[in-house]
Amino acid sequence: MLPEAIEVMTEELAQLGNPSSLHNAGRRARRVVEESREQIAEVLRARPSEVVFTSGGTEADNLAIKGLYWARAGQDPHRRRLLVTSIEHHAVLDSVRWLHAHEGADACYLDVNGDGVLTPEALRAAIEADPEAVALVSVMWANNEVGAVQPICELAEVAHAYGIVFHSDAVQAAAQLPVEFAGSGADALTVTSHKLGGPIGVGALLLRRGIEPVPVLHGGGQERDVRSGTLDAPAIRAFATAAVVSAERREAEAKRLSVLRDDLIRQITEAVPDAVLNGPPPGPGRLPGNAHFSFPGCEGDALLMLLDAKDIACSTGSACTAGVAQPSHVLLAMGADEDRARGSLRFSLGHTSTQDDVNATAAVIGEAVERARRAASR
Amino acid sequence: MTSLRVLAALSGGVDSATAAARAVDAGHDVTAVHLALSANPSSYRTGARGCCTLEDARDARRAADVIGIPFYVWDMAERFHADVVEDFVAEYAAGRTPNPCVRCNEKIKFAAVLDRAMALGFDAVCTGHHARIEDGRLRRSVDMGKDQSYVLAVLTRDQLAHAMFPLGDTTKTQVREEARHRGLAVADKPDSHDICFIADGNTKGFLANHLGEAPGPIVDTTGTQVGTHDGAYAFTIGQRRGLHLDHPADDGHPRYVLSIEPVSRTVTVGTAEDLEVRDITAAKPVWTGSGPLTEPRECSVQLRAHGTPHPATAVLDGDDLRITLTEPARGVAAGQTAVLYDADTVLASATITTTRATVPA
Repeated sequence: MLPEAIEVMTEELAQLGNPSSLHNAGRRARRVVEESREQIAEVLRARPSEVVFTSGGTEADNLAIKGLYWARAGQDPHRRRLLVTSIEHHAVLDSVRWLHAHEGADACYLDVNGDGVLTPEALRAAIEADPEAVALVSVMWANNEVGAVQPICELAEVAHAYGIVFHSDAVQAAAQLPVEFAGSGADALTVTSHKLGGPIGVGALLLRRGIEPVPVLHGGGQERDVRSGTLDAPAIRAFATAAVVSAERREAEAKRLSVLRDDLIRQITEAVPDAVLNGPPPGPGRLPGNAHFSFPGCEGDALLMLLDAKDIACSTGSACTAGVAQPSHVLLAMGADEDRARGSLRFSLGHTSTQDDVNATAAVIGEAVERARRAASR
Repeated sequence: MTSLRVLAALSGGVDSATAAARAVDAGHDVTAVHLALSANPSSYRTGARGCCTLEDARDARRAADVIGIPFYVWDMAERFHADVVEDFVAEYAAGRTPNPCVRCNEKIKFAAVLDRAMALGFDAVCTGHHARIEDGRLRRSVDMGKDQSYVLAVLTRDQLAHAMFPLGDTTKTQVREEARHRGLAVADKPDSHDICFIADGNTKGFLANHLGEAPGPIVDTTGTQVGTHDGAYAFTIGQRRGLHLDHPADDGHPRYVLSIEPVSRTVTVGTAEDLEVRDITAAKPVWTGSGPLTEPRECSVQLRAHGTPHPATAVLDGDDLRITLTEPARGVAAGQTAVLYDADTVLASATITTTRATVPA
């Protein structure tokens, strides 16, 4: 968490009040919330009235997918199709799956190309299978596992050509790319605080005027009846501070991360010549801090253990309920076979990452891969 | 004492958690792993010894967090199913009585897991088994009631060299006390004595699901039919209950299962005396003591988990161990493990193949 965010949050915690209340403490809290709303709106190029606070990205995705589906299907029962990419975050995928299993939604998981990108042509083709039946299209701004940046403006345009609502999960992208609601064409956008250096437990769903999801949470009618629940003023203030600070630093930070990331890719490829970089080539099409490799012949979870033991944090991308590392669903969706998907790891660089971290990773990766290969052959 | 890289297998139960904590206290570099052995965790019994359910995985993770060591879950479900569950079913189908815990130790915990651990740079696998290792030999736990040397005796000297059992010098009661003292929430988690992959404890039902109905005759020692059964796999040597004989025996005494012939599905029953055996042949001995026997050896032999040890003489005959009991024992089943002890040190273990009532003249 950014020190600036911690500072303001701590300050606010001492002044706790319910922003919905009429008394002094409540009024102050409400002012804090509204100021924060304005700051976040400005950073994301949105109107304050378009910002709905939630408990985080997962809740915002749930509200978008379920709420917008219910709203559209409620107006027009014929609209049952949900078009999402096969590489969405589980907060989107599982919401879609649930609607399919329990509400009769027709779930369409769109294929991405070998770089992990959904092309406008592919979206158009999918819509045209039955355009009048589509309730919602949802495509993440950038994929968190392989770093693939999606052509959001073009995709939103395609959806709008058929009068279809377009949602984008920008949770991962907002920290590293210039995410702007106004120019994007998206009708709904998910962001979360902790990816921007703010606290965990707060996020937002941006909704264009006139786009009204059926609420998931009912109660006190907060957030214009869209999302009930007492607002966490300290967390929201910290969210806003983090958003402002991270926006100020974003461009320079993105450059810094790209340099580090490109060096990480170079060093890993030197240490393990047959390692395969997954996702788009480094450049504007890829998240600056993201690298993702397949190491042939290894089990990703053995590699993870070995790197973890050397204090290098990476991720296989997924874990089942019991905690067994699973092959990345993103890689599988991009056409990798299970073995390759199992032997893959994501390396994420963030605001605390340094050249030393990159060097440390490169120093141990060769031996770790060798050991993991030995373990896999048993 | 050197600090080793130790992989502690945490089942989610109190023993393995305490063992891991002790390994940390002893100065070792400990990493915890929970074995996911079920392809369908909700189908395994909760509150079992562990290794099986989501609840166990969570308990294991919590214990690792309290102890302060890294925690991972390894998916061994496929191997477990092939090496333990399928073997269990196949043995029953062949008219023998398997011990799946022995197979699990032999094939999974100290083979598949140990191999993987060594490949990843670990020196030893630590578990919460109640047993001791001294001078490379396996020895009973100080707690005779909880001693698990019987199910560990199948380990080779090489496997034992990379095993660690920190609890062997402690009673179960003391272990629970220690766990409580360490803040391990599993201190009061009950033990289970049943088979971890049979969720409802109904072995007969489990086998019936896998092997189907396989009816056959029940005969007495003269070959006369005295009843029928609908699956011989449901029976075990020495079993008295559930025989459903057509009529009681002439002498009024109970009848016991003497043997099961799987091809004709014939179950032979007899008196308690008929159950007695003196001479046991056991195959493929594993030597955990000082090496293969070169001459007949007086020892004690344990014929089932938590069974009383019997004084005996053992001699190696080719690849078989011939064990002669000083006093006859009842209910000795092929497929079970025979473990030879010298006082409380394990000498060898082998799988029982045949039994005979008397030593041939």
